[in-house]
Amino acid sequence: MTLVDTAPVAAPARRRGTPPRRRAAGPAGWLFAGGYTVLLLAFGVFPTCYAFYLAFTNDRGQFTGINQFTKVARDYRFGPAFSHVLVYLVLWLVALVVLTVLAAVVLRSRVRPGLSALLRFLYYIPGALAGVASVLVWLFMLDPDVSPVSRLLDALGLHSFAAVLAPGNLPVIFVLIAFWTGAGGWMVVMYGALNNIPDEVLEAARMDGAGHWRTAWHIQIPMIRQWIAYMTILAFAGGTQLFVEPQLLQTASLGRVSPTWSPNQLAYVYAFQQGDFNGAAAISVFLLALGLLCAGLLVARTNMFTIEEK
Amino acid sequence: MTATAPAPRPAARRATPSAAVSALVIGVLLAALLVFFVLPVIWLLLAPTKTAGQIVHDNPLSFGSFRHIGTAWRHLYDFQDHALLTWLRNSAVYSLGSLVLTLATSLPAGYALALTRFRGRTTLLVATLVTMIMPSATLVLPIFLELNRFHLIGTVWSVILPFSFYPFGVYLVYIYFATSLPRDLLAAARIDGCTQWQLFTRIALPLARPVVGLVAFFSFVGNWNNFFLPYLVLPNSDQFPIQVGLNQLLTSTPSFNPVAGAGLNITIPELSLAIIVAILPVLVLFLFSQRTLVSGMLAGATKE
Repeated sequence: MTLVDTAPVAAPARRRGTPPRRRAAGPAGWLFAGGYTVLLLAFGVFPTCYAFYLAFTNDRGQFTGINQFTKVARDYRFGPAFSHVLVYLVLWLVALVVLTVLAAVVLRSRVRPGLSALLRFLYYIPGALAGVASVLVWLFMLDPDVSPVSRLLDALGLHSFAAVLAPGNLPVIFVLIAFWTGAGGWMVVMYGALNNIPDEVLEAARMDGAGHWRTAWHIQIPMIRQWIAYMTILAFAGGTQLFVEPQLLQTASLGRVSPTWSPNQLAYVYAFQQGDFNGAAAISVFLLALGLLCAGLLVARTNMFTIEEK
Repeated sequence: MTATAPAPRPAARRATPSAAVSALVIGVLLAALLVFFVLPVIWLLLAPTKTAGQIVHDNPLSFGSFRHIGTAWRHLYDFQDHALLTWLRNSAVYSLGSLVLTLATSLPAGYALALTRFRGRTTLLVATLVTMIMPSATLVLPIFLELNRFHLIGTVWSVILPFSFYPFGVYLVYIYFATSLPRDLLAAARIDGCTQWQLFTRIALPLARPVVGLVAFFSFVGNWNNFFLPYLVLPNSDQFPIQVGLNQLLTSTPSFNPVAGAGLNITIPELSLAIIVAILPVLVLFLFSQRTLVSGMLAGATKE
């Protein structure tokens, strides 16, 4: 209760131009932000620094330069893990961007509002099963013995669970899971972004003779461009972190799926099975760098995030 | 309006066949998406009403009987001395505990960032943005290494404290206070002699109810469904949250693990029921939260 702010009383007339809140300088801000700042330091800044520290040292704390990085990069599992995730990311981002934007445009302009709301709701619901639940559900969907679409699996030549889990299919499986839990939410968000486009703009396009598809391509999609970029970068950054899905699939497949399919799994194996925390940290640093790069890109290159009020 | 009509209106002549095609494309697209999103959910809801044999042999979308739900529940309940309830309770403790801490730290922090000026404010804001955009999984292994260094592995705090750090929540509060709090009201209160603390508790907080709901939704859903961190930092089954518990159940299912799961009653109906129970709190929130999602994800964008 001691956070007295006397500035407005002390000098009300002298700085009439600036709004009063600007004079609330001093310790008050830090007292308010203190709790959060401690958490930020403890679970954001410190772990990042500590991971960097471990990645540049060995288990006796001696500085080893980039040795840890070259060690993990030469690991025979390192290249495959990153290339697996790269294939997954390409498929996932293309599917996400094309289908989400298309569905949002259609739901916004081509479907009656009531039906559109119902469909958006139904598309969005699987998001509640994000994480372990979604993987388990898809294990069932992809097991020809129990799947409701076993005929479809049969038609694709997938007659057994083992055939479904063939290495070449894994990226597609992870895309299915990610799309099932994530795309509906993004469709709702994109729809919201499309809703922010003033009606006059669409009206003007219609007056000029543009059909629905041309309006979508030339007006609506360009106007939500930054949201598409936002979604793509977030989905990319999230996709590099793949862990739960391959880990559970590995468990469920009795080892048919590699335990080091994704980089995060490889880091996990380094830390938990090899007891090599420095190596695990080195892999984490690769992933951290990717995450930081994406975040920096969004903050610095777009005007999505307001740092100062306009 | 046929294609051979003399002096046709060009737009209309083209529109008829192409309109039919585009209506067809739209119909197929929306229907395919509907089946894709909804079919697994329906299958999941029906699975516990059947026996494992019925699931394999009957029509996949048939309804068994309510009696089988009871049987599945008993098997599930008996698994490792009602471990399921322990896991659910743990999840509640972790999610709600960190939610309280998140609100207690992010509301004042967002307020300070929006309405006060202090040295280092911009740095704090940028750090918040960057950590908020980075996927939370990026920090999980480093946090594990840190907790391990300080011998905090296996404690309740090793989950609750990292969960409480929620930069997105701070950002939402910051945007909300920066855009929605009437300046005149604050100025008037200040002239009446309100201290900074009183401004926060008497004016800002009572007006913050919408953003509290927003932060609570995202934080609770994210933490309830989180698997990676608790999987790394909690070694004992009686500390597992439900997500890690589901993984344990999976390894005990003869369907997927004939060796370890042999002799156990955890088959597909039990596993499906466990999934439903595990997601129920989040599902209930989702039924009412579509608008929340949009306003959260679009926060800050509408003010250009």
